Amino acid sequence: MSEHCIFGEKFDIAVIGGGVVGCAVARRFTLSGAKVVLVEKAADILAGASKGNSAILHTGFDAPPGSVELRCMQAGYSEFLEIRERFGLPVQRTGAIVAAWDDEQLEKLGGIVGKAHKNGVADVERISRADILAREGEISGAVLGGVLVPGEFIIDPWSTPLGFMQQALANGARILRETELLSGRFDGGDWRLTTSKGELHARTVINCAGLFGDVVDQRMTGAAQFEIRPRKGQFVVFDKAAAKLLNTIILPVPTERTKGIVLTPTIFGNLLVGPTAEEQTDRSKATVEREALEQLIAKACEILPALADVAVTATYAGLRPATERPEYRIRYDSEKNLIVAGGIRSTGLTGALGIARHVEELYETNNEPGPRLNDPVWPVMPKLAEREARDWTRPGYGRIVCHCELVTQREVEAALSGPLPARDLGGLKRRTRAGMGRCQGFYCNAELAEMTRGRFAEPMDVPSDG
Amino acid sequence: MCRPMADIDVAIIGSGPAGISAALELRRLGVRKIVILEREREAGGVPRHCAHPPYGFWEFGRIMTGPAYARRLVRLAAQAGVEIRTLNTVLDLLPGGVLDVATPQGRVQLQPRRVMITTGARETPRSARLISGERPAGVINTGALQAYIHLHGMLPFRRPVIVGTELVSLSAVYDCRAHGVRPVAVIEQNSRATARWPLNLFPKLLGIPTLYHSEVVAIAGMPRVTSVLVRGAGADQKIACDGVLLTGKFLPEASLVRGSDLVLDPAAQGPAIDQFGRCSDPVYFAAGNVLRPVETAGWCFREGRRIARYVADDLAGRLAGPQGAAEIVCGDHVKFVVPQRLVPGGGAKHLEIRVRAAVQGRLRVLAGTNIIFEKNISALPERRILVPLRVLAEHGGDRFKVEIKS
Ligand SMILES: Cc1cc2nc3c(=O)[nH]c(=O)nc-3n(C[C@H](O)[C@H](O)[C@H](O)COP(=O)(O)OP(=O)(O)OC[C@H]3O[C@@H](n4cnc5c(N)ncnc54)[C@H](O)[C@@H]3O)c2cc1C
Ligand SMILES: Cc1cc2nc3c(=O)[nH]c(=O)nc-3n(C[C@H](O)[C@H](O)[C@H](O)COP(=O)(O)OP(=O)(O)OC[C@H]3O[C@@H](n4cnc5c(N)ncnc54)[C@H](O)[C@@H]3O)c2cc1C
Repeated sequence: MSEHCIFGEKFDIAVIGGGVVGCAVARRFTLSGAKVVLVEKAADILAGASKGNSAILHTGFDAPPGSVELRCMQAGYSEFLEIRERFGLPVQRTGAIVAAWDDEQLEKLGGIVGKAHKNGVADVERISRADILAREGEISGAVLGGVLVPGEFIIDPWSTPLGFMQQALANGARILRETELLSGRFDGGDWRLTTSKGELHARTVINCAGLFGDVVDQRMTGAAQFEIRPRKGQFVVFDKAAAKLLNTIILPVPTERTKGIVLTPTIFGNLLVGPTAEEQTDRSKATVEREALEQLIAKACEILPALADVAVTATYAGLRPATERPEYRIRYDSEKNLIVAGGIRSTGLTGALGIARHVEELYETNNEPGPRLNDPVWPVMPKLAEREARDWTRPGYGRIVCHCELVTQREVEAALSGPLPARDLGGLKRRTRAGMGRCQGFYCNAELAEMTRGRFAEPMDVPSDG
Repeated sequence: MCRPMADIDVAIIGSGPAGISAALELRRLGVRKIVILEREREAGGVPRHCAHPPYGFWEFGRIMTGPAYARRLVRLAAQAGVEIRTLNTVLDLLPGGVLDVATPQGRVQLQPRRVMITTGARETPRSARLISGERPAGVINTGALQAYIHLHGMLPFRRPVIVGTELVSLSAVYDCRAHGVRPVAVIEQNSRATARWPLNLFPKLLGIPTLYHSEVVAIAGMPRVTSVLVRGAGADQKIACDGVLLTGKFLPEASLVRGSDLVLDPAAQGPAIDQFGRCSDPVYFAAGNVLRPVETAGWCFREGRRIARYVADDLAGRLAGPQGAAEIVCGDHVKFVVPQRLVPGGGAKHLEIRVRAAVQGRLRVLAGTNIIFEKNISALPERRILVPLRVLAEHGGDRFKVEIKS
């Protein structure tokens, strides 16, 4: 169906923003029988905060007790584990160790266990230095002790929200990409939304605009009720040769301000160190800085000395949609049929499904629950995790296009078609991993430029002068 | 998965100059079944997309372009009865020479009698150089530029900044100018070009400013590059451009080795070998740029041929065994040595050495505390230095150190 029709239709729900939160919200309401449209201003979804995170599925062991954030994280955590197999989404049950490197940190461990138990994460326990060393043979002997959090896992940070959105679309939701919400007018019953592509008509609006949550709030209501203060996190990804050096996520003892620098395996078979925590005003520029990257590498080598011989595969940065306060900024303005899911700072990948539930509960305080779909479609996501049988193991894949990540022609073509095709190189990478390996496109960049001709909002090549 | 197939005498991984010359030599020496496994659609390796001369001078006594040279190699291989299996990606090197291979028909295992690893080299990408800034499109290596132009008829940018002055950098300048791309500057971190005179004058002749003692410290623009920040002796300078070409800083494409039980030399970043090109598992041999960053195609060709002779000897039971190896290690100023092991009995004539940074002084080889070889040198990085291996072999010992006293 063309975009044109979308502008003439009336929707129950308009979701603003295709980050992980918007995708989960669109899915939830679609499965509950609502007619949903999602509006995303970028060429592809997952272009904001959800583009770059640590990909950890958190238990909430260290979240503020009694908070909405904790409730959403734990609901999100359980729902993910319940539904992931139907999507074919991977999880690696790594567990995490909060490691103490000095006496001061060692003293805090008891408190961390206490808080975890209070948060209902009952299996969290102290782990001795000897046990850490037995479990992780390569970790520095300077470790003094720690807390074991068996339930912290790693997941695929992109296939997961893509799966949510694909399911919404497969069950009737609509999406408009490259469409920015510019303003909204509530006529007492419905919203008239002005977008860069035309006017949309919806009964309820859910603001999931992440790093622009306050801007969208302001555009909808005339005055934002919170202020986004982007907080950048830089990362370094190590070569897959490092994967055998570490099995467990290594967390630092948290300080007041941040969760601190994490060293973690990724589901794709790399090791990741980061993120930094740097306040900035710009909401879209996520630059990397050599000095910070060098510090991250040094930090990683302190924890895992053998990393000194391992090459860097990638560097990236993400922006957390933090606000002037630490908590999630979720509210329901029932007079105006407006829900805001803002300030989902640093736990949104875990929390998304829980946030979607929470938002729906708020909605249902004032609206009849719709008839849930009896037999929804479950799209199956491509297998990208290192430990799974990837596409190249099945004949008929054409050829391998990206040698480092073993991405096939069939996978690239699939990612460029269907209801949610990749519209830029970032989107293609998130869907297939093409170009994300150790050579960073030395071998495949040009080939991808040719395969994506005419498919991207901005082509990879440039026209020649003559 | 199929059972390992055991009828192959030598499997060669990679069809670049090293792999093909090895195959030709093995056939010439009467080795029967040679299979080259190549993951690309076309055989020929890097020369396939280096569309400029001079290739082939050593091998064929004439100067030709890369693609012509690659085609010639592939034709000779076919004529010699070498089987080249394209679209065959070797995934794993297992103990005893068992190869795990992805093919479009499915995954197979091969068990040739010997394996040669000739997987070549690539350039260091932006990420591993830790360059600051945004991460737009248009920041690529020369290998990708060549593939855009020569394999796909496309252009990745029109006004790039070129980083580096190695030979490959000049080859990039050549390619750019031949296709209407006008580089705005060449940036070199050292005080002089890495490439030798007179090639180093090439950019200047074309009117492209070369900034020495300078470095690209940040990249700006989204979704495309709009400028770079260059740090030199004076104030930082912003240069408008629509791409960044990161040339050179080669790395062996040795991920197969890293993932295997073979010993990798962290200095050369390729498999550690003895003077026969033999790896730590004696079924495996290696040649070409996978051994070290980086040599010319002509060198790789000759190296492939030489090591193929040892492989043939080994198949015939004539090669000295891997036992009793002495190790050769790097001392001051020395970035790497190849080979890293020396066993009794013949083999390569030279020890290949590179330095970390420009240095003048006395190159010495020590056996214990005895200086067994010395000479004055003035060396630049990325240039090969050779020491006769005979000196080491004649002296004997179980550990040699190569150093430069400046
Ligand atoms: C460094 C870092 C590490 C993290 N690690 C983890 C982790 O390990 N585990 C975990 O659970 N969470 C983690 N997170 C948190 C998680 O990534 C975020 O909470 C989550 O991505 C927030 O998603 P969102 O949907 O709220 O925002 P976004 O992803 O920013 O989505 C908002 C979308 O709205 C669009 N938009 C904005 N304005 C408009 C408009 N006017 N019209 C239309 N569309 C608009 C944007 O383009 C964007 O796509 C991390 C975050 C960072 C930055
Ligand atoms: C961009 C670039 C430009 C260069 N320009 C010049 C030049 O102008 N003049 C010059 O003399 N030298 C040049 N060189 C150096 C030299 O020519 C090449 O490195 C040379 O081709 C090396 O030969 P090789 O056989 O070692 O490897 P390559 O030519 O790199 O061949 C290696 C082959 O192995 C294959 N392979 C790798 N891994 C696998 C696997 N797992 N399974 C199956 N196949 C695999 C690759 O696809 C490739 O075809 C250049 C090098 C590069 C990278």
